[in-house]
Amino acid sequence: MSGIAGQRSSLAWVVNLSVVFLVLLWLFPTVGLLISSLRTADQISNSGWWSALSTQESQRSPVRIGGDEQDTDSGVAITGTLFDLDGVDISAWGTSSRRPNEFAPGDTAELKDGQTLSVQADGTYQFTAPESQEGKRLPRVFSTATTPPEFTLDNYNTMLFGGGSSSISKAFLNTFTVTIPATIIPILFAAFAAYALAWMEFPGRAILIAVVVALLVVPLQLALIPLLKFHNAIGIGKGYMGVWLAHTGFGLPLAIYLLRNYMVGLPRDIIENARVDGANEFRIFTRIVLPLSFPALASFAIFQFLWTWNDLLVARVFLIDSTGQTTVMTNHIVELLGTRGGNWEILATAAFVSIAVPLVVFFAMQKYLVRGLLAGSMK
Amino acid sequence: MSPILQAVLVITLGVGLSVGYFWLSNLILDNVLFPAKGINAGRNINLANAVRPWLFLFPAFAAMGLYLAYPVFETLRLSLIDRDKADAFVGLANYRQMMDEPKFWEALKNNFLWLLVVPAASTLMGLLIAQLTDRLRWGNIAKALIFMPMAISFVGASVIWKLVYDARPEGTEQIGVLNALYTFFTSNSPEVWLTVPFWNNFLLMIVLIWIQTGFAMVILSAALRGIPEETIEAAVVDGAGPLRIFFRIKMPQITSTIIVVWTTITITVLKVFDIVFAMTNGQWQTQVLANYMFDKLFRANDWGVGSAAAMVIMLLVLPILIWNVVSARRELR
Repeated sequence: MSGIAGQRSSLAWVVNLSVVFLVLLWLFPTVGLLISSLRTADQISNSGWWSALSTQESQRSPVRIGGDEQDTDSGVAITGTLFDLDGVDISAWGTSSRRPNEFAPGDTAELKDGQTLSVQADGTYQFTAPESQEGKRLPRVFSTATTPPEFTLDNYNTMLFGGGSSSISKAFLNTFTVTIPATIIPILFAAFAAYALAWMEFPGRAILIAVVVALLVVPLQLALIPLLKFHNAIGIGKGYMGVWLAHTGFGLPLAIYLLRNYMVGLPRDIIENARVDGANEFRIFTRIVLPLSFPALASFAIFQFLWTWNDLLVARVFLIDSTGQTTVMTNHIVELLGTRGGNWEILATAAFVSIAVPLVVFFAMQKYLVRGLLAGSMK
Repeated sequence: MSPILQAVLVITLGVGLSVGYFWLSNLILDNVLFPAKGINAGRNINLANAVRPWLFLFPAFAAMGLYLAYPVFETLRLSLIDRDKADAFVGLANYRQMMDEPKFWEALKNNFLWLLVVPAASTLMGLLIAQLTDRLRWGNIAKALIFMPMAISFVGASVIWKLVYDARPEGTEQIGVLNALYTFFTSNSPEVWLTVPFWNNFLLMIVLIWIQTGFAMVILSAALRGIPEETIEAAVVDGAGPLRIFFRIKMPQITSTIIVVWTTITITVLKVFDIVFAMTNGQWQTQVLANYMFDKLFRANDWGVGSAAAMVIMLLVLPILIWNVVSARRELR
């Protein structure tokens, strides 16, 4: 018996370790972006995000010394500090890019024309010269230093409240404006239709259910041009109205399908009894079926919210016009990828703001999301 | 009017109108058209009950008809006419023009590559993780974390993975994980991965696999839980090992769920647009059909060829559509 138990526990170890590995594998890309969004542009381009977690030694970008001159007995002196940071520890420094580690902290370097420069480990420096350096270029200091982990919310501050062309506050509001009506409107339409398909007897019911199943997989790519033409013909053109209608139309098959599958499972007795008691179908639906279907309604609402929030294609075709006033988050990020492709502090922050809302919804309502997924595909 | 105000107004109007429609139409049906009293009470009740389903169905089916069914036929029509020739019927000319473009064949070839790799990889990874986390005490946490990318937009995921694939010039510190590992282990110079033809397709696929694995895992994990305990216990008593139990006892019982997951991901793959659009926009031989179509429709403004490309996507979806309808009808019986 003990042999089997031993085998069990070693197998359990393997399982645990491989799941840990898989979870880390799945998380690391997102974590990388999150950490990047909390670093300054300099930090991002100087070292990988994974090194932001530990104290590390790195070559810092050169700093040109500057400040007010003070007269001394032998000329002038300038004192100051290289960085405004706590906990920085300089291990080597230099004044030329060819030999950035020429001096140790505390050394005094003899520069040209009788100038001297000394840099301490904490980054403070003293520069002396025989005469005033007014109008001349002062030397640059290269340094290698260990810095503690250091994060900042500045990126979020600029991207959300800073204004400017890359600010995402407008796109953020626009995205909400698109998603909320596009989530709420289809639910009622779908609920009535789902009830009819689930609990009312009429000829052609099976065919209509088949139609819903078929429409479920029709690629919305086919709808772009015909509907754009239609929107132009009825005078709404590109705008919020168009995108709300489009999302409603595209969301209906899934809504009807999910709700019907759920409603069919409601106990027959409740509905039959209500019918016997003389309640008409409208009352049965609003008083009994709709309240009981809340879990399915919630499932669909989450799906539709995630889908409309994350959508790029429908917004680009039906909403965003050349003025750029109605851009949504996904589109804004794509544009940033084009224009600010190398500025990871901007991209990472914008992307994280856009995925923060769905993530909150996801973790708060995961139960309903999973239930909806199962109802939508198990049948 | 500010968009937010407009949104509030639309919500109120939309909800109010639809409630009003259902309530009023029922009221008219029951009290005006077919009142349940007088000499015809019995006949009227039956008539009202025959009409009512259609009142319930009408708004949703009218909207779906207009927004999903009609466009299929309109797109078919658009793919057969030429906008520059006053909408003259040109037969298959648009299709022929499309087939003469190497970019179309590249897109079709890449799409098949996606179809081959992504559903298989996502389903297998999902199955593996579902099985591994099945008996784990912290399995639910692990599953939630792997499921998480489902909530992230394709565009957000593209940014996330672009950072992984990022390349800096040789000699500077690499900030993309892939190049950091690559230069560390091989001491080669860093690659600009997204521009390496053929292999860059797989880098884009990884993004979708990363997202879809969670979906597959959730569904398959529920299916594994649904397997009757006795069948597994019987196998354990008979001395079957874990692998044998998995392949001989569990797999056959969840085959239909695996097929559903596989086809659902296949549909997603056929429609994949955002990832390619955001990461490479079809450059460096990564074009796919949906992006090719978007390019034709909105950049080249060629509705004929764009619609033809959309019809190709529809054609590829059609077998799955038919299979879904057939199995749904089988279930209803």
